Amino acid sequence: MIEKTIVPDKETIKSRFPNKKVLTRPKAIIECYQEIPCNPCETSCPFDAIIIGEDINTIPKIDYDKCTGCGICVYSCPGLAIMNVMIKNGKAYFKVPYELLPLPKVDEVWLACNRHGEVITKCKIEQVMPPKKTNYKTALITVSVEQPYLYEFSTIRSPYE
Amino acid sequence: MINRDLVIVGGGPAGLSAAKIAIDAGMKVTIVERFNQLGGQLIKQTHKFFGSQLQYAKTRGFDIANILIDDLAGYDNLEILLDATCVAMYPDKVLTIYQNNKYMKYKAKSVIIATGASEKFLAFENNDLPGIYGAGAVQTLMNIYGIKPGKEVVMIGSGNIGLIVSYQLIQAGVKVKALVEAASKVGGYLVHAAKLKRLGVDILLNTTVKKAIGKEKLEKVVTVKLDDNWQEIANTEKEIKTDALCISVGLSPLHQLMSMAGAKMLDVSELGGYVPKKSCDYETTIPNVYACGDVTGIEEASSAMVEGKITGLMAVKHLGFKLDNMEKLEADLNDQLCILRQGPCGEKIRCGLKKVGEIYD
Amino acid sequence: MRINEHPIIDFDHSKKIHFTYNGKSMFGYEGDTIAAALFDNGIRYFSDSVIYKRPRGLYCAIGNCGSCNMQVNGEDNVKTCMTLLEENMEVISEISEDKDD
Repeated sequence: MIEKTIVPDKETIKSRFPNKKVLTRPKAIIECYQEIPCNPCETSCPFDAIIIGEDINTIPKIDYDKCTGCGICVYSCPGLAIMNVMIKNGKAYFKVPYELLPLPKVDEVWLACNRHGEVITKCKIEQVMPPKKTNYKTALITVSVEQPYLYEFSTIRSPYE
Repeated sequence: MINRDLVIVGGGPAGLSAAKIAIDAGMKVTIVERFNQLGGQLIKQTHKFFGSQLQYAKTRGFDIANILIDDLAGYDNLEILLDATCVAMYPDKVLTIYQNNKYMKYKAKSVIIATGASEKFLAFENNDLPGIYGAGAVQTLMNIYGIKPGKEVVMIGSGNIGLIVSYQLIQAGVKVKALVEAASKVGGYLVHAAKLKRLGVDILLNTTVKKAIGKEKLEKVVTVKLDDNWQEIANTEKEIKTDALCISVGLSPLHQLMSMAGAKMLDVSELGGYVPKKSCDYETTIPNVYACGDVTGIEEASSAMVEGKITGLMAVKHLGFKLDNMEKLEADLNDQLCILRQGPCGEKIRCGLKKVGEIYD
Repeated sequence: MRINEHPIIDFDHSKKIHFTYNGKSMFGYEGDTIAAALFDNGIRYFSDSVIYKRPRGLYCAIGNCGSCNMQVNGEDNVKTCMTLLEENMEVISEISEDKDD
C-alpha cells in the first residue's frame, strides 16, 4: 500500500516508463499514483498528449506519440511529480523540477538520489533553466547519469552541504 | 449604526471570492479582516495549487491571493476594514466590529461568515514549551517575515499542511529531522510526501511525540511508536535533539460568531469540529446568514474559493440583486465543488457534509 | 536568523525599525510584526501561563492563542503577532519575575 511506503515498488515505477526505444527522444514520465483533484498537466500540454478528462481526480495518461518532451508539464505539475527522460549514448538524461537554493551550474557534478533520498551515484549538470515567472518560479535542471540508474534516479542533491 | 447589504467576516479565499460576486451584483459590501492585509492563509502558501484552472491550479498560493485582491479593485460599493475584528454578531444581524480602539456597529441585511479555522493542539508532556509551534506559525515566520523558526525542526502530522510546511522549511534552509505520524499511513497527498522522501526526510509512521524536554525552551523531543490501537509500544522511545517542534494535527472551524448569534451548530468530526447546520443555499439557521470555507468544514482552499462564490451568489439572489446568467453560474459552481470532492481524497468531506445535510453522490 | 535567499519568495529587509524590549534596544524590519522582530532577536520566551506561570512562546502567530501578549507603549495585553512594529516602540513582556516553583 503506497500510503504506507510512499515510494512505489520497482514494477510500479517501471510501468510509468515507455519502452526504451521511445526514450531516444525526451519524454515526460508522470509519477502520479493517487487520485487527487488536479489537472494542470493536461491543460498545460500544448500537444494534447496528457489525458485526464472531466473528472480531474483521474490519474493522468500520456500518449507518447504526441509527447515531445517539451518540459512544460514538468514545471506545471503542482506535485512536482513529472520529469523528462531520454536515453542517449549509454546515458540517461533527466530534466527535473528543482525548487531549492543554491541552483547548480552547468558542468558541475552533483549527487544523484533515488526516491528514498539515498545517494545512488553522481550526476553531471547538463543544463539549468532558472526559475522565472514563465515557469512559475520552478527551475528545470537537466542532468545525465549512467543508464543503469534509469529507473532509480529521482532528484539531485548539492555536494556542498 | 452603519447599514450594509452584506457584511463578510474574514478576508481569506472564501470571503474574497464571495465579495467579488456580491459587488459585481451591486450590493453594498463590507469585508472585515483581522489581519493588516487581505488573503487569509493564502499569503503564506508558496506551493502551486492543485485543482483545475477554474480554481487557479498551478498558481502559487500567494499569487492567488493577489489575483483575488486585485479582482476587488475599483468598486465604490466595497469597504475593506483591515486590522478589524468582528467581536460579536446578534441574531438580528447587528455586528460589533473593533478597529483602532473603537467599537463600531454594523447592521447588515445579510452576513457571510468566512472566518476560517484555527489549529488543533496535541496533548503531551511539556507541550507548552517555547519552541513548539503550530505549523501555521512556522509558515508565517518563514514565508511572510523571512525568519527561520529554528535550526532544526521535528514535524508532527502528515496531512497536507504538515507535508507542505516541511518542504517549505527545507526551502528556507532549515533541516527537517523527522516527520512523525501517529497513523499507519500518510494523511496528505502522496506527491507532497514523495517530495520530502526524495530529499531524505525521515517519515516515521505509527509514531507520535511523547514529551518535550527543555528548560524555558525546547531542547529535545521524545518520540514513541504506536500500535494499531494507538497505544504506545514499550521501550520504543527515542530522543531527538531539536530547537523547534511543529504541530500540524488538523484544524478546527472558527465557529464562535455563529454560535454566539444562536445558529444551530453540529459537532462533525469529519469537518473538524463545530460547524453550522446549513440549507442547500449555504444559509445557516439564521435567515440571511451564510457560511463558507473552512468554517463550514476543513478543506482545501480551492473548495473554499468555490464555496465563497456560491454563498456570494446566494446572498445576491435572496436580497433580489441580479447578475447575468445567475442560474448557469450557480450550476457551474456546484459542478466544480462536486468534482473537487468526488475522488477518494474527498471521501471524508463528503461523509461530513452528509451529516450537515449536503449530499454528494 | 533571517532568510536571505529563498527560491520562491523575495523578502525586503532593507528598512530597519528600532524598538526596545524590556529596555533593551533591538531592531526589526519594516513590515515585521512585533512578535516577528522579537523572534528574530532570539526571544523565545514570550509570556507566562496564567495560573502556573509556565513559559510560553510564540504559538499560532495569527492572533488566536494569546501566548505572545505583551505591554506595548503602555497598553497591556497587546497581541504582538498582530501588531506591526513601529519606530521607537516600547515593548515590555508580562513575564512575572517572582515565581514560586
